[in-house]
Amino acid sequence: MNADAPLLQMRGITKRFPGVIANEGVDFEVRYGEVHTLLGENGAGKSTLMKILFGLYAPDEGEVLLRGEKVSISSPSDAIAARIGMVHQHFMLVPTQTVAENVALGLKSKRGVLTDLDSVSERIREISEEQGLAVNPSEEVWRLSVGERQRVEIIKALYRDAELLVLDEPTAVLTPQEVEDLFVVLRRMTESGRGLVFISHKLHEVMALSDRITVLRNGKVSGHTVPAESSREDLAQMMVGRAVRLTPERPIVEAGPPRLTIRSLSVTGDRGTTAVDNVDLDVHSGEILGVAGVSGNGQRELAEVIAGLRDPQAGATIDLDGMSLLGVDTRARRDRGLSYVPEERMRDGAIGDFTVSENLILVDHGGDQFSRSGLLNFGAIKEHAAALVERYAVKTPDIDTPTSSLSGGNIQKVIMARELTAEPKLLIASQPTRGVDIGSAEYIHERLMEQREKGTATIVISEDLDEVIGLSDRIAVMFEGRIIDIVDSEDATREAIGLLMAGVTN
Amino acid sequence: MKRLVGASVPLLAALAAFAFGAIMLLALGASPFEGLKAIVDGAFGDGDAIAATLVKAMPLILVGAGITIAFRASVINIGGEGQIVAGALLSTSVALALPDLPAYILMPAVLIAGLIGGGIAGAIPGALKAYASVNEILSTIMLNIVMIQLMNYLLRGPMIDQAEIDAGTRVPTTRRLSDNAAMPDLVEGTRLHLGVPIAIVAAVIAYVILWRTPLGFRLRAVGHSPEAAKTAGIKVKRHVTYALAMSGSLGGLAGALLVFGSEGQRMTTDGSSVGFTGSAGFNGIVAALFGGLHPLWTIPSSILFGGLLTGATAMQRVLQVPAALAIALNGIVVVFVVSSGPVRDRIDAFLDRRAKLDQTLRDDVSDGSSKTVDLDQLDLDNQTNITGADL
Repeated sequence: MNADAPLLQMRGITKRFPGVIANEGVDFEVRYGEVHTLLGENGAGKSTLMKILFGLYAPDEGEVLLRGEKVSISSPSDAIAARIGMVHQHFMLVPTQTVAENVALGLKSKRGVLTDLDSVSERIREISEEQGLAVNPSEEVWRLSVGERQRVEIIKALYRDAELLVLDEPTAVLTPQEVEDLFVVLRRMTESGRGLVFISHKLHEVMALSDRITVLRNGKVSGHTVPAESSREDLAQMMVGRAVRLTPERPIVEAGPPRLTIRSLSVTGDRGTTAVDNVDLDVHSGEILGVAGVSGNGQRELAEVIAGLRDPQAGATIDLDGMSLLGVDTRARRDRGLSYVPEERMRDGAIGDFTVSENLILVDHGGDQFSRSGLLNFGAIKEHAAALVERYAVKTPDIDTPTSSLSGGNIQKVIMARELTAEPKLLIASQPTRGVDIGSAEYIHERLMEQREKGTATIVISEDLDEVIGLSDRIAVMFEGRIIDIVDSEDATREAIGLLMAGVTN
Repeated sequence: MKRLVGASVPLLAALAAFAFGAIMLLALGASPFEGLKAIVDGAFGDGDAIAATLVKAMPLILVGAGITIAFRASVINIGGEGQIVAGALLSTSVALALPDLPAYILMPAVLIAGLIGGGIAGAIPGALKAYASVNEILSTIMLNIVMIQLMNYLLRGPMIDQAEIDAGTRVPTTRRLSDNAAMPDLVEGTRLHLGVPIAIVAAVIAYVILWRTPLGFRLRAVGHSPEAAKTAGIKVKRHVTYALAMSGSLGGLAGALLVFGSEGQRMTTDGSSVGFTGSAGFNGIVAALFGGLHPLWTIPSSILFGGLLTGATAMQRVLQVPAALAIALNGIVVVFVVSSGPVRDRIDAFLDRRAKLDQTLRDDVSDGSSKTVDLDQLDLDNQTNITGADL
């Protein structure tokens, strides 16, 4: 073993797939005791690189050195034997088993054919004490919160004595508070000399946690940097390859009268429980109201009730421009000026088998613009589609391409184009940029701002706090179906909103 | 190229079925070549044969086109038999009630009555599915039985020919219906009548509706993604009902044409559905599948099937083999077509879409309190566990 060598060195890694170069000459290094972030958009080559590290792919070129020595890892068990651990974005736990059983899963028992859960539990307690990872070994996993489950995943890796730990988007499912707790744990782990690979595309987290950052773009390293020397904008530029505005310019717009008025709104959710609990809300003309909250706190049900896709409990008021929307179906609400960008864009927003031009008329196909004496007017439909594809910079081979073959960001642009050309009075946009590349997200944000200037009342529901704070005039925080506070975005901090999202009010 | 392969699959399946039929003929001691010749001659050999084939194909074209409409909206219609009967009964009633109307009024009137009768028979299972989540496969089959019993009752009772009562024979048949409603012959001396071009035009109209009108656009949107259709403001339940009603109305039109294109110009049954419909309600499904569930391709595919049916009857006569062989041959073609790869993929994709539609309709009926969502969640967890073991 070479004492001066870094924990991990990947040199000149190249991996080709038919038609794609997933990694090209990638150099990546992790030292003892550091957090090295791997940053890049979907498809930039992060997961290919990590799969090579875990022996799931063999590199076409390049070499992997662990602790200064060249190694050949050809399977995940090799990786574990080399003390490499991985915490997946989607947890790999058996819900009906206890924490100890999950940790012991796949390991040899010291007692041969008999299980050895007592000593496993003992070791888990030691690890959790050492690392500040509070978890009860005899608890069944399905009873645990998301944050606790993640701790179990980390303990699993540490139990196998991992020295190099890869964390694949570990914060995607956590509340801001849980993220902070996680970061404390991760810091403590580096103090004991472990090296961490942190994969994320949330730029503020990357800035907060990383010692060093490597950015990938199109399979190549587009930059190495450290947080002190770069801004979030710099990182975004390295990811995208051009200058990007992360938070849109928000010109002062005089908010008009309230367009959407909601009083005493309660909604029954899919599980028969109250998903939205006695909500009062006003959204004004020319205003963007952000709705923040951890997923599953009633945001989806709120959006669906306003869109007419779900019925409220009795006694509610929902008015658009002074006229009640109760008992009015989705079609008629859309005729009155509602536009809705749903959260599940591939399921609810667009039809994958339909062409781009068909999806662009999914709402308005029956109007005079697109039909003449009972027949669809294909000339007008094609013209409309070509114009929108151009105006919204949708990347598609042509307007007759099936929508499912477009990227997530481009599908979202198609949906946005359709919903915004209706010139809505009220716009509900759920998770408008989730899973969307940075360039498209920037574009979508600009379009939302444009609507705001036109006097649309907009509700943006998002789990991305930077997005909510950057876009909104006011932010409503939902917790367990209630709006527990509404704050002006001028005064809003990530920390304050994060506390509210966890249900903490003062 | 891929398209060409896809299109040739049903033909290959048909050839394979004929090879199978040849073996059966050999087993019966008849020459397969003579058998094939008898079928081809019987189906397309001369003007009479072609006319018989086209008349046989007529109801298949209509039922098949109706099947494609239902299919595009992700619903299944196995109620062709009942819908044919419903259309026939309503159009016959019109002709019985108003026999003296001039032909230019009565003929369209009986055709419209056929459309309406079949439409109602289709709308009932459609509405039951849309608003009460009743499985349309079951309800359409059940309605077949109901309609056949209704036909037996009406033809033996209120609608029976007075002459049958007087003679005491009591054959379940109406009296000879008004000639003003009869489908005129197109070619003198053959059985080819106006019903055949009407069926072809109806199939073309079905195509136009599906791909050229806002209504068809909505039906297809509901079929492909009921969730996205609903979110866009399309009334999913209403369009599910429309789809089955339209599908049924084409069957009903077939019923009217069977009555008013018949040689006896009367509605007659032998007590089973086959006695009146000739199983067109089921054979139409096969013709639609054979035609790739496209209304226009259903036309040639129905003519081919009609030819097989008339040709097989001729073969039975020429070679003195049992009539059951024709039915067996028919069935073998179905098995080969349905089990060929592209058709199977199509059916699988269709069943997936239909399940989505059912879920959307159920969510609404139970006001969103279904437990299926939880089960899906559990499934996902299990899947990630499996991949976990891989790593």
